[in-house]
Amino acid sequence: MKSKGYGAIREQVYSDRLPNGMPVFVVKKSGFYKSYAFFATDYGGADRRFKYGGEWIDTPEGVAHFLEHKMFDTEDGNALVTLSANGAQPNAFTSGGITAYHFESTEKFEENLKILLEFVSVPYFTEESVKKEQGIIGQEIRMSEDDPDYAVYYGLMKLLFRSNPARDSVAGTIESIAEITGETLYRCHKIFYNPSNMCLVVAGDVEPESVFGIAKKVLTAPRGAVPERDYGEPESRAPAGVRAEAKMEVSEPQFMLGASAGWPERGETRLRCELTGGLAAELIAGESSPLYIRLYSEGLIKSDFTGVFESVAGIAYTLFGGSSPNPDRVLAEIKDEIRRVLSPQARVGAEALLDRVKKAEYGCRIRSLDSFPRVCSGAAEACFGGYDFFAAADILRGITAAEVFDFISENMKPENFALSVVSPGTAKPAPGL
Amino acid sequence: MLDMRKIALSPRARLTYAGTGKFKTSCISVNLITPLRRETAAANALIARTLRRGSAGHPDMGSISEALDELYGARIEYTVRKKGEYQCVGFYADFIDDDFAPGGERILERVSSLLGEMLLAPRTRGGFLYEPHTDGERANLIDEIRAAINDKRSYARDALLKNMCAGEAYGINVLGGESEAAELTARSLTAQYRHLIDASRVEVVYCGSAEPERAEQALRDALGTLPRSAAPELPGTEILLTPPAPAPRRFTETLDVTQGKLALGFRLGDTMLAPDYAAMAVFNAAFGGSVSSKLFLNVREKLSLCYYASSAIDRHKGVMLVSSGVEFKNFERAYDEILAQLGAIRSGDLSDWEFLSAKRAVVTSRLAALDSPGGVASECFDQAIAGIEYTPEEFATLAEAVTREAIIEIANNAALDSAYFMNGRRGAGHTGEGTEDEE
Repeated sequence: MKSKGYGAIREQVYSDRLPNGMPVFVVKKSGFYKSYAFFATDYGGADRRFKYGGEWIDTPEGVAHFLEHKMFDTEDGNALVTLSANGAQPNAFTSGGITAYHFESTEKFEENLKILLEFVSVPYFTEESVKKEQGIIGQEIRMSEDDPDYAVYYGLMKLLFRSNPARDSVAGTIESIAEITGETLYRCHKIFYNPSNMCLVVAGDVEPESVFGIAKKVLTAPRGAVPERDYGEPESRAPAGVRAEAKMEVSEPQFMLGASAGWPERGETRLRCELTGGLAAELIAGESSPLYIRLYSEGLIKSDFTGVFESVAGIAYTLFGGSSPNPDRVLAEIKDEIRRVLSPQARVGAEALLDRVKKAEYGCRIRSLDSFPRVCSGAAEACFGGYDFFAAADILRGITAAEVFDFISENMKPENFALSVVSPGTAKPAPGL
Repeated sequence: MLDMRKIALSPRARLTYAGTGKFKTSCISVNLITPLRRETAAANALIARTLRRGSAGHPDMGSISEALDELYGARIEYTVRKKGEYQCVGFYADFIDDDFAPGGERILERVSSLLGEMLLAPRTRGGFLYEPHTDGERANLIDEIRAAINDKRSYARDALLKNMCAGEAYGINVLGGESEAAELTARSLTAQYRHLIDASRVEVVYCGSAEPERAEQALRDALGTLPRSAAPELPGTEILLTPPAPAPRRFTETLDVTQGKLALGFRLGDTMLAPDYAAMAVFNAAFGGSVSSKLFLNVREKLSLCYYASSAIDRHKGVMLVSSGVEFKNFERAYDEILAQLGAIRSGDLSDWEFLSAKRAVVTSRLAALDSPGGVASECFDQAIAGIEYTPEEFATLAEAVTREAIIEIANNAALDSAYFMNGRRGAGHTGEGTEDEE
């Protein structure tokens, strides 16, 4: 394997491609008890329409997530059980963009790695097991329906975008998952779980060559293709709607507000854009910003207030959220702050704040490298996005004030903001009314 | 391996030093330990929040944020935690290890000093804690107490404990009550702040690469104005060996939800006479604390009644909590199945691989906890509270040695005390109307 050292962050990363083209990364960490493996496919909840055998195929909401649940079934039983008995702590998740299977273990790492790679490679479903999973996932969906964070997020996505599939819940709906059959799952596995669409990242006190050897031995599927996907019509920056409100059993209004941003190209541009977007959010309303401090002192925002930049499935957005007695005021204040920061008079103060925020972000990136899950998922996302995750701290230091201001004027136009609110109240009328 | 040491900082303050060079992050946890009481819980929670707003040297959030940014985004956050029947308030700081500071700065000393200043030299006006901060944070505290309802899963667990332990300190909300919070003033809070500093035992944890002498010195300097005397003796956590009522109690609450929540509370009984923490951990992993547990594999995987059904034990209090989210119409099935699974362990129905998996889960999670600075701090603190003197590594070894008989005995000693049902307004639910009516 090739080895690359990153001096400032003290990481040593080994990487290579299997004969079938699949990338393998090993982040060598010394002195740790556990090792961690993260096996991911570039297939998430938003990948619902894609090309297969020359034709466009539409699949129901929730297939990627359903498949993730069902992959643990093996012909001999359940991979969760096998891994647990072998001392591993396995789990999996599906986001809008990817599906990942992972485990950590403090013993028998190589055996467990083999089990992980095997069960993710070999689908095994029966109509009965698919039916049964509809019950479990049905309860997962019900649980999220009672979750205000979930409601404000998807409320905002539906305001910002008109047709992109990332507007819809990754898990789907009770109705959409009822349409999923064993055949749907087998087909999607075949299309998306191929070496050209997957990667493996391992972190821990492991021997990189043996990790690579195991992967090479188990993952013998032939080279595949990166499936072509359709995320719908290009989205306008102007929101589809500016305000949405839902009622739930909550203590005070929960909100999320944001604006659509330009989709960053694959490659280092994307990483640079993610980092610049993060700095922009900090500069406008991060904990050190004058706006945050003022709104907090006035009781308009709480310590749960955060701002982020995210990109998935051909769309990108900056968002701010938390709880507030008056989310509309928060929205108005954020729009004003954006105008103020971009004014020439505010420039010098904003640049000084940006220097500080960059310093803090740098430390935050360093600290996050202690988390194996964050390192591995970051490296996998980077692999699919065509950039080097471990270059982030260096790139961050090189981002100029001009880039951040350009990002704000381009991607955080006050007129493009929308606000999603969940406020206290009764969601639905009682039956019979 | 961690270099673990206990160092007396003063007669009342003890440092657990966990030295290691493997992390890029260092952390410090400073905790004032005080009995959890209804009269003082809200005040203590409010003190923690107020102290974070400003100190003598850094009078507002802006100046604190600026100082933290300059320390490469160090974080110092207040903590309010319940451990058994203790309320533990203080600060948790994490920051990059000095090795990673581009300018070669010494960060440990500066973070310690800022933390010490926030805890011991608050911003005051006219001799009282600064009123605009106490007022603002009082409103925030009340909002936070009310916000418990926003997360239905944790709300169900809290609602069960509040009812089940209504006569015990354990049933008190660690943030205090809304009405107690509403009455707090800068004056009353200042008196309670002085009392808290005077009467608390102090547990400090440091995890990072500094030599023990350096960490000790930094923390001694930072906490130098703590009272020099020994802390008054604190009462221990009261443990009820059996449920107070002859039959399991039931509590039902109706909310506007689409999924029902079920929470069951158990007393661990005679197990708590001489608690074997390693056996308790293995029992919990076998019953409902892991993906190879009885609850996961039966209530979820076999019957597909839920997305989650899990158990957790509070080893300080000897209480076990099981929680699940189910359709309203399946309440009784889930309830029966949870008890049936406990019954299975009682009767020795625990296969070799179930027993083995449970042990592996405990060993792995204990050792893995030592692979993050926050995990080390939380393990060290938890052990300090429980008075456990062995290291987490030694704990893992003890878990290896747990016998099947010990697991069965813990299951047999456990008795269901109370059940809580969260019902929906949209019919088809469990019996019982209104809020929290005992059946």
